[in-house]
Amino acid sequence: MMRALRYVLFYSVLIGVWALLAKMKIWPPYLFPTPWGVGEAMWAGFLDHSFWIAIAVSMKRMVLGYALSIVLGMFLGLGLASNKFLEETVGGLLVSLQSLPSICWLPIAVLWFGLTEKAILFVVVMGSLLSVTISMETGRKQLPKIYSMAGRNLGARGLQLFWHVTLPASLPYIVTGLKQGWAFAWRSLISGEMIFVSLGLGQLLMMGRDLNDMSQVIAVMILIILLGYLVDGLVFKTVEKRLQTKWGLAPAS
Amino acid sequence: MTPMLRRAAAAISSFGEDHRGTRRGLFPVNSGSGPAVMPAPAEGVENPKVSLQNICLSYNTNSGERLHALQNIFLDVRCGEFLCIVGPSGCGKSTLLHLIAGLHRQTSGEVLIDNDEVQGPGTDRILIFQELGLFPWLTVGQNVEFGMRMKGASRQEREVKTREYLRLVHLAKFKDSYVHQLSGGMRQRVALARALATEPDVLLMDEPFAALDAQTRDLLHDELERIWTETGRTIIFVTHNVREAVRLGDRVALMTFRPGRVKREYTVNLPRPRHLEDADVAGAAREILNDLREEINKSLEEEYGHDARA
Repeated sequence: MMRALRYVLFYSVLIGVWALLAKMKIWPPYLFPTPWGVGEAMWAGFLDHSFWIAIAVSMKRMVLGYALSIVLGMFLGLGLASNKFLEETVGGLLVSLQSLPSICWLPIAVLWFGLTEKAILFVVVMGSLLSVTISMETGRKQLPKIYSMAGRNLGARGLQLFWHVTLPASLPYIVTGLKQGWAFAWRSLISGEMIFVSLGLGQLLMMGRDLNDMSQVIAVMILIILLGYLVDGLVFKTVEKRLQTKWGLAPAS
Repeated sequence: MTPMLRRAAAAISSFGEDHRGTRRGLFPVNSGSGPAVMPAPAEGVENPKVSLQNICLSYNTNSGERLHALQNIFLDVRCGEFLCIVGPSGCGKSTLLHLIAGLHRQTSGEVLIDNDEVQGPGTDRILIFQELGLFPWLTVGQNVEFGMRMKGASRQEREVKTREYLRLVHLAKFKDSYVHQLSGGMRQRVALARALATEPDVLLMDEPFAALDAQTRDLLHDELERIWTETGRTIIFVTHNVREAVRLGDRVALMTFRPGRVKREYTVNLPRPRHLEDADVAGAAREILNDLREEINKSLEEEYGHDARA
């Protein structure tokens, strides 16, 4: 209760300061819009369906690209963790590739796939695949040995051991990897859409710039933050926390 | 070579060391009816349930040295016997249990169960790990039935037995709880129920009560003794606590520090039920402790250098 109150207080003050600064007209309104101007832009965007369409298009790309990188990342990560040679060579390469911002894959993607959905999917996959792979691999390696020993001790063998013990035991690590992968995919998608013109939230943001409509720019930014937070901060964090408590990795609250 | 011959050969190879059975009658008695603990005779047991034949385990450490963790271990355990193994930390007693469980492989020698060599893990011997290794993603009931599920037992059979074994450890009410919701002592009992539910002949316990508070531990001693009497399992129980070993065991085997060997075996001639605070238990423990101290000093010296023996 106190926490909710603190949040309300903090954001009221933040918006109040913003309104005050806008009201003082230090900067021209087309560069520094008022909170209610942004609110209006948000309302108008949802009213004429342009925001809904952008969200739908972006989410579709996101789900497709993310699903692809999860499947690929699981196989890659588990494969790397099972082989010392692969882990040292390919694993090292992946870590160094991760320092490449995923938007750098866009030129290649456009040359390979043209200005198609495939190009943007490629960027999303390249953005999240590496982090999913790396966290799968480390998760698999950090997995306490005790579980597989206990499983073998109780008569689990081969595939049975993987399905009933290894996989559930690594679930907290897997979810951490998925969460990270989601965050990377989200960033890649938006930046990809900003450059690659074809619907989506990123494109909506650029349209605001082209129309010199600062209120729309800020409204879309807020939308991107909210959507990202909704999935990352609420869905993933809740699942992650619950798993960690249950698996005994975090102190029960 | 027969087991007997191998035993003799190893005895000769370790000649000059105080191996076993040489300090007979050294132990004073409180009750006057015979010694509370006495070194066990050197002869092997007939038709042992578990038999360790000249077990050696060595490996290369990171610094490239050859470390002899276990050396020339002979040990026979009778069917239905409660054997305790004590020794200083790092003497390889946990490793020994892993070898019997078939989770690791010895460098040489044989682990025999009913005269058959152990080839790998098997549900005829279940190890209760020091860290328990309960599966946090399963409920208590699902943990207990895990071994039966792996064996492909029917749902009905699993349900009946799960209920039976949870009742045995007084946890019937917690069937649907998760491990993280239980106290340390309750988790121990879940691990015990999970091990018993696969109906093993041999129960291997690795310092199961080391991390518990004294009250819980006393309670679990009583329960373990009761369950052992009710189920008639063979138990090999590893501990560093000599008093615990005397309180629980029919026999106590004392291990040396690096290389780990069986220094001496004692038969505990005290009536059950025993209690940790019993004067007899304490007295008997002291005798074994005197022998153990030497080994503890050795292990301390190894860890802290020579100034540790103050």
